Amino acid sequence: MTTADTATRTLVVERMMQHPPEKIWRALTQGPLLEEWLMKNDFQPVVGHRFNLRSDPMPQWDGVIDCEVLAIEPNKRLAYTWAALGLESVVTFTLTPEKGGTLLRMEQSGFRQGSENDRYYQGANYGWQKFLGNLEQVLAKLS
Amino acid sequence: MHSASDLLFKTLGDPTRRAIFEHLATGGERNVRALTEFAGVSQPAVSKHLAALKLAGLVRDRPEGRETHYSVEPKGLAPLIDWMEHYGAFWRDRFDRLETLLNRMDQ
Repeated sequence: MTTADTATRTLVVERMMQHPPEKIWRALTQGPLLEEWLMKNDFQPVVGHRFNLRSDPMPQWDGVIDCEVLAIEPNKRLAYTWAALGLESVVTFTLTPEKGGTLLRMEQSGFRQGSENDRYYQGANYGWQKFLGNLEQVLAKLS
Repeated sequence: MHSASDLLFKTLGDPTRRAIFEHLATGGERNVRALTEFAGVSQPAVSKHLAALKLAGLVRDRPEGRETHYSVEPKGLAPLIDWMEHYGAFWRDRFDRLETLLNRMDQ
């Protein structure tokens, strides 16, 4: 299931996995396993740990995502920031045991302008959030 | 990640460029002189911003005599509107890979 709520800009992807939470947790938090399904990384399951996710560079993007671990609740919940291309969001994984497996939920929310640490940040006094918020009005005027 | 939306975000990542774009979107067609007055930067700088916006498909130009008029290309924003769907597609694809990995970990 995937939903994109444009009002709050939250993206949710949920899937029932036929595996116990402990096993999914390993795939979410052990670097070599995380690399196999997500991206190359130097992730560590420690709150406050800063790490990168690395995908193949593209013409307009070096493929690097800057992250910081925000929350660790073993086998239940994992959250980290996700900053790329001047936009920062928070990715949260929630694991809920269900009959015969686990419901895995990924929520990506709070897309907003990146911090000064972000290499794409350009001292803008003109926030992305405002821009995205105005977008619907702008489009309405154009059509 | 989607290359069209990457280019769009990179192009609109510059605050001056974004302001010029929004000015065109809300105010309608403008020539370089009017945009230079609005942006408060040099005319060559404005021309450079307009070239970048045009390259990203966000504005179109209309020459008239010695003047060039610029306006917003609404279709150029499609990658931004589709952006959430691209992220959704990204995560669904990664969930597929995760499921494959989990099945393999069983063995």
